[in-house]
Amino acid sequence: MDIDVRKIAQLSRIRLTNHEAQELGPQLNSILGYIEQLQEVNTDGVAAMAHPHDSAMPLRSDIVTNSNRRDALQAIAPQTESGLYVVPKVIE
Amino acid sequence: MSWEVVIGLEVHTQINSKTKAFCGCSTEFGAEPNSQTCPVCLGMPGQLPVLNNEAVQKTILTGLAIDATINLESKFDRKNYFYPDLPKGYQISQFTVPLVEHGHLDIPVEGGGEKRIGITRIHMEEDAGKSMHEGLDSVSHIDLNRSGVPLMEIVSEPDMRSADEAVAYLKQLHQLIRFLDVSGADMEKGQFRCDANVSVRRFGAPLGTRAELKNLNSFRFIKQAIDYEVVRQIEIIEDGGQVVQETRLYDSVKGESRSMRSKEEAHDYRYFPEPDLPALRVTAEEVAAIKAGMPELPSQLRQRFEREYGLSSYDADVLSQTLELARYLEDLIAAHPANPKIAANWLANELLGRLKESGHEIVNSPVSASALGLLLDRIADNTISGKIAKDVLDEMMRCGQSADTIIEAKGLKQVSDTGAIDAMIQTVLDANPDSVAEFKSGKDRLFGFFVGQVMKASRGQANPALVNERLKLLLNS
Repeated sequence: MDIDVRKIAQLSRIRLTNHEAQELGPQLNSILGYIEQLQEVNTDGVAAMAHPHDSAMPLRSDIVTNSNRRDALQAIAPQTESGLYVVPKVIE
Repeated sequence: MSWEVVIGLEVHTQINSKTKAFCGCSTEFGAEPNSQTCPVCLGMPGQLPVLNNEAVQKTILTGLAIDATINLESKFDRKNYFYPDLPKGYQISQFTVPLVEHGHLDIPVEGGGEKRIGITRIHMEEDAGKSMHEGLDSVSHIDLNRSGVPLMEIVSEPDMRSADEAVAYLKQLHQLIRFLDVSGADMEKGQFRCDANVSVRRFGAPLGTRAELKNLNSFRFIKQAIDYEVVRQIEIIEDGGQVVQETRLYDSVKGESRSMRSKEEAHDYRYFPEPDLPALRVTAEEVAAIKAGMPELPSQLRQRFEREYGLSSYDADVLSQTLELARYLEDLIAAHPANPKIAANWLANELLGRLKESGHEIVNSPVSASALGLLLDRIADNTISGKIAKDVLDEMMRCGQSADTIIEAKGLKQVSDTGAIDAMIQTVLDANPDSVAEFKSGKDRLFGFFVGQVMKASRGQANPALVNERLKLLLNS
């Protein structure tokens, strides 16, 4: 197995220098090596695990607990206008 | 050689819980932009989702209503993609093990009978925010109030063979969802959205390559978009080409679709188990309790209307089309319990037509069920005739006043005073001596003519039964 570092970076919207890409490729591939080792274990008849903690999910009652904190939450946004987040145009 | 059309549908319907799927933010529609957000639904680092029990209950209820299997253990996964209205960079969804599987819905087919459409699964997931591009040059605007609103994605088997069947399925599903009260399902508000997977093949051939149509937000557009797509695919194949598997966006204004496939990678969702959420476990007892609380479904309601109220199967069908209409009928019958059948007739034949003309829906009818009930009381107690009542209803639609107020103000009260009616009859008989003579010589059908003349003389206000009775007496005297 060989990871396409450039493709992964593109999917994750992470910009890599050539040097970083060269460094990360072997590192990610060595992780895949460990996984390949794990895949040698025979898991026939073993149910897939949903979560490492064998706990059931706690559920929440349907009650509104949050109030409008827009001003505080938008204080860290790079750009807003009339309460809307402003981002670079996303469709052609 | 003819072609067979194969359609599978994915419906996203917003669960009508008060709060979002994983946080305590309100889901109310139409609030100030970004006023209903918090660090969880904004995707701030380190925030943990906690699932809304109401959303779980409503998904199970929907699953039970389509005769599906409820998985007592289901799982959540991350669906990764980049878009500014998805702040976490992934959508929490159920990929490997959904809460609901293997259901079905029976749809009416042309020429009578039903067809069973398989429902592969219903899984829970969260909605994205809303992007706005219109009127903006180099930027887009993002409102994240919708981010994290719980959705059910209802995935059908590729069992439909025409655009009409697809629409029939969607209408049936829409009605079911409204009756279960699990979603507002208002298509204009994006609470019930449909994607269609469409392919064509020669009869008996294996499945063709499908295209996914997005952005189908009305029953009419769904039919148009599918019809357009079928023609497009057949043309490609008949010209010796091949259909490409892709996502296409339907433009209802232009009546055509265009490919959305700009980048191959866009479809690489890299699903993996959601590490922030352990398995969702429900017990058989919980499922049984939800089943016990199942509300009346459309077909059951229709049957009850026939049985309890003696409605014709046509009226029962018309009046059980929507929950709102059915509730109106029940309120109307509660207000005027004397004759449910007459109440149903007035609703189906008089009120609905007037609502359509004035552009109202039953929910915002200018005439409430209790107001219409009062009008029916006034017919029943002989204050006005049924004919006058129709004029009163017109006036009620216009001004919103009560039947009593209008009857009083316009002096429409039915005349049931024998003396007054006798006087009117005498005037009519005196004015038509020839007809009286003919009647007396055996022309019985002139009786109707006299009734009409008397009713006309009273401007419709004479009690028709009394006019008949007195007229018989006076003519034969």
